Amino acid sequence: MSDIILEMKHITKAFSGVKALDDVNLQVKKGEIHALCGENGAGKSTLMNVLSGVYPFGTYDGDIVYNGETCKFHKIKDSEQKGIVIIHQELALSPYLSIAENVFMGNEQLAFKGVIDWNKTRGRAKEALAHVGLENENLNAPVNTLGVGKQQLIEIAKAMAKDVKLLILDEPTAALNDEESAQLLDIMLDLKKKGVTCIIISHKLNEISYVADSITIIRDGHTIETLKKGVDELSEDRIIKGMVGREMSNRYPVRENCPIGDVIMEVKNWNAYHPEIADKQILKDINIKVRAGEVVGLAGLMGAGRTEFAMSLFGHSYGQKISGQVFMHGKEISTKTVKDAINNKIAYTSEDRKTYGLVLINDIKTNMTMAALPQYYAKGQIVDSRKENLDSEAYKKRINVKATSIEQTVGSLSGGNQQKVVLAKWMMTQPDVLILDEPTRGIDVGAKYEIYCAINEMAREGKAIIVISSEMQEIIGTCDRTYVINEGMIAGELSKEEMTQENIMKCIMDNNNAKGERK
Amino acid sequence: MNEKKKYVSLDLKSMGMIAALVIIFLFFSFVTKGANMTPMNINNLIMQNGYIIILAAGMLLCVLTGYIDLGVGSVIALSAACAGMLVMDKGVAVPIAWLVAVLIGLATGIFAGFFIAYLDIPPFVVTLATMLMGRGLTYTLLQARTVGPLPSSFTGIGVAFLPNIRVGQVIDEAGKVTVKGYDMVCIIVAIVVTIALIVGEINNIKVNNKYGFANIVPWQMITRDIVIIGIVWFFFLKLSQYNGIPVQLLVIGAIVAIYHFITSKTVAGRQIYAMGGNAKAARLSGINTKNVFFWVYVNMGVLASIAGIVLAARQGAANPKMGDGIEMDAIASCYIGGAAASGGVGTIVGAVVGALVMGVLNNGMIMCGMSTDLQKVVKGAVLLGAVVLDVTSKKKKG
Repeated sequence: MSDIILEMKHITKAFSGVKALDDVNLQVKKGEIHALCGENGAGKSTLMNVLSGVYPFGTYDGDIVYNGETCKFHKIKDSEQKGIVIIHQELALSPYLSIAENVFMGNEQLAFKGVIDWNKTRGRAKEALAHVGLENENLNAPVNTLGVGKQQLIEIAKAMAKDVKLLILDEPTAALNDEESAQLLDIMLDLKKKGVTCIIISHKLNEISYVADSITIIRDGHTIETLKKGVDELSEDRIIKGMVGREMSNRYPVRENCPIGDVIMEVKNWNAYHPEIADKQILKDINIKVRAGEVVGLAGLMGAGRTEFAMSLFGHSYGQKISGQVFMHGKEISTKTVKDAINNKIAYTSEDRKTYGLVLINDIKTNMTMAALPQYYAKGQIVDSRKENLDSEAYKKRINVKATSIEQTVGSLSGGNQQKVVLAKWMMTQPDVLILDEPTRGIDVGAKYEIYCAINEMAREGKAIIVISSEMQEIIGTCDRTYVINEGMIAGELSKEEMTQENIMKCIMDNNNAKGERK
Repeated sequence: MNEKKKYVSLDLKSMGMIAALVIIFLFFSFVTKGANMTPMNINNLIMQNGYIIILAAGMLLCVLTGYIDLGVGSVIALSAACAGMLVMDKGVAVPIAWLVAVLIGLATGIFAGFFIAYLDIPPFVVTLATMLMGRGLTYTLLQARTVGPLPSSFTGIGVAFLPNIRVGQVIDEAGKVTVKGYDMVCIIVAIVVTIALIVGEINNIKVNNKYGFANIVPWQMITRDIVIIGIVWFFFLKLSQYNGIPVQLLVIGAIVAIYHFITSKTVAGRQIYAMGGNAKAARLSGINTKNVFFWVYVNMGVLASIAGIVLAARQGAANPKMGDGIEMDAIASCYIGGAAASGGVGTIVGAVVGALVMGVLNNGMIMCGMSTDLQKVVKGAVLLGAVVLDVTSKKKKG
């Protein structure tokens, strides 16, 4: 069995009681490209973090056997010494340092203790960059003068400079365009010829079927199956089947007595550009409409542009050069500032409640009334604290926030209860349209159910609700209709009957392929 | 409503600072054998620290946003110098000179606020610049001289007293006052404050009962109120034994009351706290964080100029070194008073108590005859100690 470079056996990893990985097994052959597939939150990144020592030995159960010996990595340096290098989704480059400095960051080439040998650094950087076809770049140029695609290649060069045996790439192409992605994939095939073993995590299944020799599918923290090139069929459809093939249970409350009324909000020809890169279009001609009492989904993969759409719509909080029209009840409105959006009865709960939703050091009450304060809880400029107390108490009961009192600080609440506070905060602005961005991310099943119930209740009150979710199950379980967004475009619209995971994925794939043909 | 609301415990942090103030005061009265308890010294505590309390009120707003204003010492000097020169050199009427001083404060605030809020320049850099520019302008204007003595219409705000109603005064044959007796105005104020406090407390309980909100545990509430009323009476009795209520106390009282109201009861105050706690979330809640930033610094400029007027009035003159380094005392007052360096946490009352802690310390150490060099060491240690206590106690809770 000497051709097995890595074997992870019975890996179990729990976060405060919740099992993120449950008895996961992974076997990687020397010199192959091994892909890890699964939905968001299935446990792929957690598994790779266990392997690289981000979660040190002892915080998980199971064994890692690498090159025939059982390894106990206590920190990232331990795994790097063995030639295992992980490249994370977010680039770990220092933007103002030069290419050469970045290639050897944390691995500096020293003349003697503590003093950098610059000639050696530049010389070896050139060698490392040759592996990824960047040997002709100016080594002294700051890294941020390069495009994202080249920066990703610098990351690989950095790994090569560490004499990598096993390279792990976590969503390496998520931020790249097709051309850059293709280049990166070819470099991976090239590295394979040089004897480097690769593990790649990717949502872009077409890329996986292009490069991978074998594919391990993870779902809900379990290994489902491993497909091998030449033995199994490696088509996208086959992978999707493995990824989504779980049965549906009634995790979603049924919405009854909820007639769908007239169109409340309509967005026409919405365009937006990247906030820093002015000529990079992020959203292209998005048209959507939502009706009273309707729950509409925005499905798509991470980074498809759904959050960007919602935030650019909500007070132009994302992007630049935003254009398009918004109609509420048939009348055109402006959503230029958040205040405009709130005044026009639009609400948006962010996918990142801690960064964008809550003031963690404040109590439940002040967080709940933060957005509605000037309109509903003040006489002139003076806060009506009596009304504030009463309503906060009422909403706390209504959506069942579990806390000792409305004076408890939200930072001390569980994720689910924090999410409920965010929801209450926006319910209190009395919106007609609620945009809920990943409303159940990282919260437990019980709290999820309660949030779905709150969504149903609001729909019954005649509000229009947009749910953004990366969990296709959630979209299917909660929505009356869904738009599929891919790469900043509407890739399709599916009715309740058409909504299946296969159809959503198919919309995305078709959109990707159509784009390839247009090129 | 099945869960019957009972009682909640008092927030000990706000009381802790007052306790610390009392302990420090008692400590020095022990060391100085009661010398710091004399009516004159109590009066001096107010008069010497009034301008720092005014500054601390404005500085608290800056600290709430998560930053500080380093330029206030220079704004004090600049506005006081201008007012002083207008009165002494140009013969301008005092109210107009004061108005000009406040306008100068407003202008410096707008200047700093513009760069901080709308050009995203870090407040530390902008106010460091206003600190240097303000001090330089003051020296240029005054040519390193002192303008004074200022007329009594100017100094009144700093050194005068409200009219007295003396009771128990004894005057001997030579017309010399042998026993000062008590000023009834002070006593009346103390009575009014006591009644207001009790009525307010009863009202609060009524409202809480009506809406089913929790009340504070009775014995804790009573203890707190007795302590506060005790301090109020001690304070006003001492003042009544001296010259009555200083005009400066009125100014400070009004400013503290207004800012306490703004921070605790208005939309604007809420927005400052929200922004300091999480600027991104505040922006996505419809709060114009740029405007909040701007007005906080404009306000600081105005309050600094008022502090400048009060300080010049008390000193009876304006000189270019006025208020040098005083920004640090104002910032320290906020931190000692429980404000968080990261923003979003802090109260006006806390900042005032913090300023009084610094004042009592200063005053006590001077009376002990400690060298000014050592005084700085003690003040530094107290600042560090207060914040360490604050941070570690929070960690335990979390």
